Amino acid sequence: MKNRRFDRRTFLKSAIAGSATAASVTLPQTGQTQQKPAAPAASPPASPGYAYLNLEEQAFIETLVDHMVPADELSPKGTDIGINIYIDRALAGGWGKGERLYMQGPWKQGAPSQGYQLPLTPAELYRAGIKAANAYCVKTYGNTFDRIPENQRQEFLLALQAGKVSFEGGLPSRIFFTTVYQNVMEGMFSDPIHGGNRNKAGWKMIGFPGIVAVHAQNVDKFKDRKYTADPISIADMS
Amino acid sequence: MATKLKEVDAVIVGLGWTGGILSKELTQAGLKVVALERGGMKTAANDYSLPNIRDELRYVHRHDLMQNTARDTLTVRNNPKQEALPMRRLGSFLPGEGVGGAAIHWSGGTWRWTDMEFRIRTLYEERYGKSFIPEDMTIQDWGITYAELEPYYDKFEYMAGVSGKAGNIRGKIQAGGNPFEAPRAREYPLPPLKSVLSAEMFNGAVRKLGYHPFPRPNANASRAYTNPDGVTFGACQYCGFCQRFGCEANAKGSPHLTVIPIALRSPDFELRTHSWVTKVLKDAGAKRVTGVAYTNVMTGEEFEQPASMVLLCAYAINNVHLVLLSGLGEPYDPASQKGIIGKNYAYQNGVNARLFFEGRHFNPFIAAGGSSDLIDDFNANWDFDRGPVAALGGYNISAGFNTALPIGYRPVPSGTPAWGREWKAATAKWYQTAMNINSSGSVMSNRYNYYDLDPTYRNAFGQPLMRMTFDYKANEHKMGQHAADTVNAIAKSMNPTRLNRATARTQPWTVVPYQSTHNTGGTIMGPSPSNSAVNKYLQSWEYENLFVVGANVFPHNAAYQPTGLVGALAYWTADAITKRYVKKPGMLV
Repeated sequence: MKNRRFDRRTFLKSAIAGSATAASVTLPQTGQTQQKPAAPAASPPASPGYAYLNLEEQAFIETLVDHMVPADELSPKGTDIGINIYIDRALAGGWGKGERLYMQGPWKQGAPSQGYQLPLTPAELYRAGIKAANAYCVKTYGNTFDRIPENQRQEFLLALQAGKVSFEGGLPSRIFFTTVYQNVMEGMFSDPIHGGNRNKAGWKMIGFPGIVAVHAQNVDKFKDRKYTADPISIADMS
Repeated sequence: MATKLKEVDAVIVGLGWTGGILSKELTQAGLKVVALERGGMKTAANDYSLPNIRDELRYVHRHDLMQNTARDTLTVRNNPKQEALPMRRLGSFLPGEGVGGAAIHWSGGTWRWTDMEFRIRTLYEERYGKSFIPEDMTIQDWGITYAELEPYYDKFEYMAGVSGKAGNIRGKIQAGGNPFEAPRAREYPLPPLKSVLSAEMFNGAVRKLGYHPFPRPNANASRAYTNPDGVTFGACQYCGFCQRFGCEANAKGSPHLTVIPIALRSPDFELRTHSWVTKVLKDAGAKRVTGVAYTNVMTGEEFEQPASMVLLCAYAINNVHLVLLSGLGEPYDPASQKGIIGKNYAYQNGVNARLFFEGRHFNPFIAAGGSSDLIDDFNANWDFDRGPVAALGGYNISAGFNTALPIGYRPVPSGTPAWGREWKAATAKWYQTAMNINSSGSVMSNRYNYYDLDPTYRNAFGQPLMRMTFDYKANEHKMGQHAADTVNAIAKSMNPTRLNRATARTQPWTVVPYQSTHNTGGTIMGPSPSNSAVNKYLQSWEYENLFVVGANVFPHNAAYQPTGLVGALAYWTADAITKRYVKKPGMLV
């Protein structure tokens, strides 16, 4: 069943080649019941579906989060802990739409010390960035990011991180990368109520206990001793 | 057309620590007070409660309790030649919004600034000569003394429930406290917070090196407490969610718990939330302010609130912004060095090292806001010879934890990949087995660090944004290097498995990432109208019924967090108003 991606790629290809209406067809979402190495007892729920990302973007983000967070004995892979869903929800919501972002012009590139200066909301930045990243990968490696081999994905991401990738059209590639990277971390380590960190896998990986109401007695009790407890999330306490 | 309201004795702009203290003190003295707060009302029971307050994404990374930069922000640049651009989202510093202000989300660090700051120019000139102070360094004496402020520091500490250990009671050095602090009349109201492993290890290491560690004085109640106003605090639960969060245990000294509810019980006090003050109104001929203009941001309605006294108590940056927008006083010009409003903006300068200890368990998530020990040997200690450093100011060094939550805090040794299996393994291995040593350093004021109004960008009310021009100068780079060297020497003496060394800043100040919400200056205090905007009672030299209260009056910035001094100055000003000004309005000096 690990072929959902392949099916979708094939579908995506034909959808792009075919009519625009094809893109609105909903794909079956049962693929995520596939085997995951480190998932404890319960199998993850069927994918909750996407609210913002289009098919090309879904493929990019799923590939990226599984590349950055591969499955091993420490945690399931990125899509299995919902990092992709976290990102999609963040982009569909207020933050993605530029809430709290000062959006008045004029727009200047400025110095790095002046921070974010693009006339794009985070959702728009993802849309433009994924398109540009895939165009770069096609030009450099002959295929989109989700369809190139792991070693090329790694090479591309390292170059992106180092600011060595120039996107056609001038979108600053490093700003795209730092935004996506921060969101991947948020999707792995934020409270599960936001759609990521499924089964608190990110918290379990590092031993973060979540929202323990009172720790006063634990200051001395666990001094220089490992604190082990099942993490508690907002939903657990609601 | 704005609706003109009935005149009151005092209008207070902004209801955080300073607005809260002044609201309480002025209403208790029988004055009719209206407080205008641009944000909404929030309470511990409803808004800072379990489980929803414990949300790192929402409160730390999405800035839920902070100023909304879509509506009002500032523009930033490093020097006057650069074009300033808007800070489009928050980063380096985090002004609060709503009742309680930034004092909801602070972590409680409470310090007594000493005469080393208040007499800075005199002291350095006496010891090192005039030429030791760079020509473009615009430090000056503050026109106030520690002895004058001592009772007000005390009042703030007892009101806010500060836990700590005195180092100097009436001149007698106290074991376990900060030997470099100025004499205090009595102990802190509460004993120090429990010590965490990282602070203990640091404490032992610096003792061996001959330094003088002490527990951080912090407004987290180390046990249940009733303050002199009868307000009850819960005991701190070391929940690990302090900085950026409201406290559901009522253990963090905050105005919404202490002074504001007392003001709200007074029939002479009225709080209007969602009220955005756009201008202080003045009668220029009479050299008086007459009230304020504000907009109800829920309805768009505009009002004029006449008042016999105007007290600006917003966040330090916003106080200066309002003074500039209202045309009160002459804006500072760095070229001619004429004018005063906007002068001497300053910030702080931090460096830190990360230490990794295989086999130790630091449990960074079990911590109060003030779970750290410090040394002041390179800060409040005048015996620290600045001559060889060739720089003024100083830094303190601390170790411990405060709000080490996993989106933002995931220590790994330098050189660890940023993703993939190796990153996962390192992140899992070191989250609980690393600690930090942090240094917070002063920033001396400089001719070219200042505020004015931006010529291009506007806020939601069509008004010019504040423009901030700031960078670290050679003085800060030298002191920062000294701090990094000291931090690294301490770190190495602790023999960690791995060490990410502290490095001094060499790059310009940047608006990202978060550094500190300790912005100072802009309407500075001083002994004379020729070099200051307000006198020692924070009273405008030009408009005698205008008071500007906050860290915006600091002529330079020290290594300490500002709140202890801001709180003391608010009580000091309240005393001057209620005991003297009300009886005989006019200049207090």
